[in-house]
Amino acid sequence: MALFELDRSQYPEAKADGSLDIDLASGKYLKLWQGPQHPGITGNMSVELTVCGDEVVEGRTHVGYLHRGFEKLMERRTFIQCFPIVCRICVPEPDFNEYCYAAAVEELAGLEVPERAHWIRTLILEMGRINSYMMYLGGQAGSFGMGVIGQWATYVRDLMLDRFEEMTGARIYHMFILPGGVRDGLPEGFAVRMEETLREVERALKDINDVMYCNAVFKKRTVGVGVITPEMIEPYGVTGPNARAAGVAKDVRKDQPYLVYPELDFEPVTGSVSDIYTRADVRRRDVHVSIDLIRQILQKMPKDGPVMTRLPNVLNWKIPEGETYIRGECSRGEYGYYLVTDGSGYPRRVNVRGPSYTHAMALLEKLIVNANISDVAGLMVSLHTYPPEIER
Amino acid sequence: MTVQDVLSPFTAWKNLFRDPVTVRDPLTERPGAARYRGFHKNDVAECIGCGTCEAICQNAAIDMVPVDGIETKEGDSGLRPQIDYGRCCWCALCVDVCMTGSLTMSNEYTWIDSDPDAFRFVPGVDHKSWDDAELGYHRPDGHRLTPPERIVMREMDPERRIGNFEEIVDGYSVEEARAEAERCVACGLCVATCPAHMSIPDYIATIREGDYEAGLKLLYETNPFSQVCGRVCTHKCETVCAVHHEGDPIAIRWLKRHITDQVDRDRYVDIIGRPAGETGHKVAVVGAGPAGLTAAFDLARMGHAVTVFEARKHAGGMTRYGIPEYRLPYDALDADVDVIRAMGVDIKCDTPIGDKVTMTGLEKDFDTVLVAIGLHLGRSTRIPGSDHPKVAKAVDLLRAITDGETIDVPKTAVVIGGGNVAMDIARSLARLQKQIHGEVGMTVTALEDFSHFLADPEEVKESFEEGIEIFDARGPREVLVDEVGNVTGLKTWKVVSIFDDKGRFAPTYDEGDERIHVGTMVIEAIGQAADVALLGEALTEKLEWNRGRITVDADGRTSEPWLWAAGDCVNGPDVVHAVADGHRVAASMDAVLKAKELS
Repeated sequence: MALFELDRSQYPEAKADGSLDIDLASGKYLKLWQGPQHPGITGNMSVELTVCGDEVVEGRTHVGYLHRGFEKLMERRTFIQCFPIVCRICVPEPDFNEYCYAAAVEELAGLEVPERAHWIRTLILEMGRINSYMMYLGGQAGSFGMGVIGQWATYVRDLMLDRFEEMTGARIYHMFILPGGVRDGLPEGFAVRMEETLREVERALKDINDVMYCNAVFKKRTVGVGVITPEMIEPYGVTGPNARAAGVAKDVRKDQPYLVYPELDFEPVTGSVSDIYTRADVRRRDVHVSIDLIRQILQKMPKDGPVMTRLPNVLNWKIPEGETYIRGECSRGEYGYYLVTDGSGYPRRVNVRGPSYTHAMALLEKLIVNANISDVAGLMVSLHTYPPEIER
Repeated sequence: MTVQDVLSPFTAWKNLFRDPVTVRDPLTERPGAARYRGFHKNDVAECIGCGTCEAICQNAAIDMVPVDGIETKEGDSGLRPQIDYGRCCWCALCVDVCMTGSLTMSNEYTWIDSDPDAFRFVPGVDHKSWDDAELGYHRPDGHRLTPPERIVMREMDPERRIGNFEEIVDGYSVEEARAEAERCVACGLCVATCPAHMSIPDYIATIREGDYEAGLKLLYETNPFSQVCGRVCTHKCETVCAVHHEGDPIAIRWLKRHITDQVDRDRYVDIIGRPAGETGHKVAVVGAGPAGLTAAFDLARMGHAVTVFEARKHAGGMTRYGIPEYRLPYDALDADVDVIRAMGVDIKCDTPIGDKVTMTGLEKDFDTVLVAIGLHLGRSTRIPGSDHPKVAKAVDLLRAITDGETIDVPKTAVVIGGGNVAMDIARSLARLQKQIHGEVGMTVTALEDFSHFLADPEEVKESFEEGIEIFDARGPREVLVDEVGNVTGLKTWKVVSIFDDKGRFAPTYDEGDERIHVGTMVIEAIGQAADVALLGEALTEKLEWNRGRITVDADGRTSEPWLWAAGDCVNGPDVVHAVADGHRVAASMDAVLKAKELS
């Protein structure tokens, strides 16, 4: 397969910092801003493109449009007051924030979480993964002009949001996983309705496969474009499907199992060449894995028992001095929370490690060079990045 | 690339024949799920305005506001939560933390209004269409953000404690006290209810911080009888505690005691602070009980010269002579009295008003005088046989036990009364019986049934544990005396009702349900009266009276401009009320004395 590598001898040599000495006055080059609102990304982020004709010579990423200061806000809120905030850090897949924060607090406060709560947490995270992928599929197809896929994916995502709503009481920001467990058990008849939803997801996936993946135009536009080589994985901090598509089976669920993943039967999905097409394909297959995991969870999980441990008075809650890093495998790769406590009633420091931080900035700047300008949006979507988690 | 890759996308056309999947809002109703976190509801009758919802809200979306028609009362601040939907993030922590469970959410989620201020409302007061919605988020069973169970107070087991007068409760350890203090939600309802308005959440916070000296300072700002109240206070604060609604109230009394236990008594005066400079005014206080000594403490700290006249051997009044040592050890009481003395109060014990010192003399020698003489006269049932020498008054016996007098302890005795004094004498005599006769033979008969009992529930429980028999709803009819003149027991009838239609005391009995309680001694514990004879005839004549009690105004001032009265003899009914009375009188006296300086 031919990689997307063009002759760059016509462009100036890169300087030590990697930038090019471009003479805009020459008329050969054009500065082009893509963003901060554009179809290539979920959220707001700009790419400053330097193009020559329709070829990208250089791309510089600009973030900051979504900075809300969550990490700092949390230093001024009690441990329980941080709980409603964290989900807002990443809009499309909020539950990982809830899980990582809760697990970090539980570790430092020495809380034992009931068994059933672990199963429900895992269930929520897998449901969230499917939804996140659905949002991706819509974006990936849309970036190549296939709007209908986005409508189908949104419909399926909405069905899953119905399940979220009946379980957690909310559709987007669930605020259900809190330190000590989860708010409540599953509602009556949940498994039956979830099975119906999963069948709808499978049906939609088949349609999407027929229309998008088995589509000559999509293949033509994506195969061999924006390749992440296995050598780039470590230096660029690539995780999740972006890495797995290159054949590197990185998956926190397997590498450092958490929650009830050790009791579930699954294999990480991998590909051979991490181009746009393969990354999309890995994500499609990953949805099937999540569907299977949800079925396993609903079958194996304890049907009764507590879902919440006894908390101290949360209004006076102080956590002993300590620090921890909690990680999990979200739809985009490794998601992590670094929490430092100093014995007071407030976090001393919270740092959120979203996979988009590396994927949307350094990695994109590397991959975007030599891309055709019409492929930039598709390339950006293919890295599946969410600016909200870059700027906490 | 295959031919299929060219043809496959055309399968999308099959969707042309499918029904749309979208909901046509608002034509199609789409109710929220059963757990949906929609608009708030509040059962304002259940809500106590404790403000924990306001405290936990991380968006500051909740303000506690006064509401028309809801008055401030004991256990209810009268405020209700106002929620600003411009700030609310629907996390429902307010619902989770609500101490009464009154705050819930409906499954309603659409609300259209052209007035932006409409979205700041008081649920349950500003009526909304979703007020009656059954569905919506309610705190799940067992999901609590505050621990409902109290840290258990360790105490001596009944078999061991019945043989001595040692204090029953051990007191909390530092760890236990901290854990109990953690449970407090600092709503402040207790402060409003405490007669002395002690700053309870603040001193509980000092336990969490481990800053006991700060805690002690806070205690003595409002209560010079903190060691006493830390043991025997009737703790009205705990009955209004917000945690009490769905759990055990915070052990406020034991936490107060814990602070006093943790500070070295030599440090007390330094921490509490020395009195102000002398004003030159002289104040006399008659009676060294909690009311008199609290007033003396305050007045001395204001710089007035205070002399207290006490008829008995020791200071303390009813706290010493009415409360048994196993509930209030004398050294704890002495420590509080020592603090008061250290403020410069001159306490003259064994100095009754009457012969050497008279009220007329006090009027002449002092600028103002306070009478706080307590209730030391026992009342009689006046039933047949109650004039027998073996029929005693509880207060007299308790005083004799406190003074270490030798009393003839009967093998069996019957107490008439269902209040705390009845329990005190029954339990004190039971201890003496155990020491002298080797077994307990005490019976208590009370007019009230157990559901309306006057004594504290823990007194009743501990009495049972100590082998005391308690018969509720029994009316005393006759003290039985045999042919040689010895008391043999008490005859009672079953009580049908205690009060008449108008609420007046008029007990009725079921004569067919008669019971004989065996005992060679009968003790009456049905109430006390003040011994006002010490006032002298002339002063008694001049003062205004109301049903046997001196009439006082809201500041404790009598109809005589130089004389105030406080404590049980005018108000009752317990230590902390007496302390509150003492504060009130001291402030009033100080104002009058300062006014004198200006005139």
